[in-house]
Amino acid sequence: MKRLQIILMVCACMLFAGQAFAADTIKLGVAGAHSGDLASYGLPTLNAAKLVVGDMNAKGGVLGKKIEILAEDDVCKPEVAANVGSKLVSEKATVVLGHICSGATKAALNTYKEAKIVTMSPSATNVDLTKSGDYPNFFRTISPDDAQAQLQVDFALNKLKVKKVAIIHDKGDYGKGLAEFAQGFFEKKGVKPVLFEGITPGAVDYSAIVQKIKFSGADAVLYGGYHPEAAKIVTGMKKKKMKTLFISDDGVRDDTFIKVAGQYAEGVYATGPIDTTKNPMAIAAIEQHKKEFGSDPGAFYLNAYAASLCLLEGIQKAGSTDYAAITKALRSNWFETPLGKISFDENGDAKGIGFSMYQVQKGKYVEVK
Amino acid sequence: MEYFLELFFGGLTRGSIYALIALGYTMVYGIIELINFAHGEIYMIGAFTALIVASALSLAGMSGWSLLILAGVVAMIYSAAYGFTLEKIAYKPLRTAPRLSPLISAIGMSIFLQNYVLLAQTSDFMSFPALIEEFPFMENVTIIRSSELVIFITTAVATTLLTLFIKFTRMGKAMRAVAQDKTMAMLLGVNVNRVISVTFIIGSALAAVGGVLISSHIGQINFYIGFIAGIKAFTAAVLGGIGSIPGAVLGGMVLGWTESFATGYVSSDYEDVFAFGLLVFILIFRPAGILGRTTSEKV
Repeated sequence: MKRLQIILMVCACMLFAGQAFAADTIKLGVAGAHSGDLASYGLPTLNAAKLVVGDMNAKGGVLGKKIEILAEDDVCKPEVAANVGSKLVSEKATVVLGHICSGATKAALNTYKEAKIVTMSPSATNVDLTKSGDYPNFFRTISPDDAQAQLQVDFALNKLKVKKVAIIHDKGDYGKGLAEFAQGFFEKKGVKPVLFEGITPGAVDYSAIVQKIKFSGADAVLYGGYHPEAAKIVTGMKKKKMKTLFISDDGVRDDTFIKVAGQYAEGVYATGPIDTTKNPMAIAAIEQHKKEFGSDPGAFYLNAYAASLCLLEGIQKAGSTDYAAITKALRSNWFETPLGKISFDENGDAKGIGFSMYQVQKGKYVEVK
Repeated sequence: MEYFLELFFGGLTRGSIYALIALGYTMVYGIIELINFAHGEIYMIGAFTALIVASALSLAGMSGWSLLILAGVVAMIYSAAYGFTLEKIAYKPLRTAPRLSPLISAIGMSIFLQNYVLLAQTSDFMSFPALIEEFPFMENVTIIRSSELVIFITTAVATTLLTLFIKFTRMGKAMRAVAQDKTMAMLLGVNVNRVISVTFIIGSALAAVGGVLISSHIGQINFYIGFIAGIKAFTAAVLGGIGSIPGAVLGGMVLGWTESFATGYVSSDYEDVFAFGLLVFILIFRPAGILGRTTSEKV
């Protein structure tokens, strides 16, 4: 009987030892929508994490430890996300890749902040997540919603030396949202837009608003919206022989715009995402996904791939799993990722990703520096 | 002052297009009391036809005014054929049905024609060549563009011709007779079916003129342009008094100016608010529209 007890005790000890051994891994929490309506946004991130972790483990892991994935499903709902956050904290996640939706991310962030866990989202674009300064533990590998507006305003003021600007939008979520961000940035720089107006998409013509722009004396028009209306306005302006510059967004950086507006499109500026299709790492990452999962990667895959790399290499460069060391490493190093060479600013937004400015030159959009 | 004039002419251009389309609505309503919701699509088909013809002819080396006129005429004929067929297929079989049935049929035809063009052509926006050439003597005029001038001269000529046609020709008289009392006209030997067909043909041809001119002015079309233009023109027809030809023209102009001045002096955010606010306001005081006659209920 005594012997049996001893054996049991040894067994118990070994069990504990087993757990202690398991605790000695780097735990990458991956939180996001892995089921439900928005699973297509979350699963590519999980796949990216699996591939990156697989590669890293094959090379010996991080800080000599193996990496383990803790996948948690938040179905993109804030109330679920808060629980997921607590669960990952209690499971002692070292860092968290996620969440996917902005609302869910925000709900879980406080939990991570209190537990001092670095969190990096591949897809949450809400501006306040970084710029409010409330979440020093938060990073992301996607541009915030206002990134295009920021670029447009900086470009207009610094490169084009615009003094007076008219802001026009199409009253849609996308166009009006951008226009309002741009208005805010201009006002912060002390430039008050001479015009801020919405137009009705699909209207028969826009001669009245063109008139208004002309008489407002603006040097540049900043348009938030899509190409059909932009083409009509640009054509109207050029036919009136106006020299006002036209700056717009990704909705206009479309070849259809050039096709429709023809010669009148010349010289129009539009922001658009930085091209990653020629990045060898991006090509390799997509190939890897096809080989491993037999399909094309989905939404935010490259962003997630980049985020996984940054998190794990950040730990490696920090030399420890200490919170302060990781955040410092993320902010002071540049990482090679499928999105290009990136680093992170004070707020946690990635530098080196996002948008660049394009201009129509000889019937083609050309990137302008 | 210059600003005012530019807005005035901008509104006039827009109003002219509304008027050209509104004429079709108002004529059809005057004769068979049907709101032809597919009328906006006829306008769109006119614009597409002109685009196709103009592209083909400019490849053949044609240009200038002859190209505009030829493309316009082909568009008018083609649209007229569509209008004629539309009436035969969708409205004639329902002539004795309750009034709601042809209305639903009209909405159905509108959706059908939109999707037909979407499938047969493209869902993309297409570039429309500037068929209206700049006049050399307009070189230094900034308040008005050549194409705007052409648009309202054309509208004025078309409206005058239409008024003369209705007033002085045999067919015009027959149209007025059918508008007053269809049964009586039939008893007196007026070929009602023919009158209705002619009404649809004229209305469609006018819509095509509007489509060609405005597309050339703004430089782009797609399959959906007929919807908003149709709604606005219908508003113009109601505003002016549906069934009345001068009313349609006046309604179009008033609507065009309201939109233009609302954008110019208030904000383009409120363009539609002013346009439809005006409609409500006028209908409160003149339920039959500005020039409409109130008909007493026949018991």
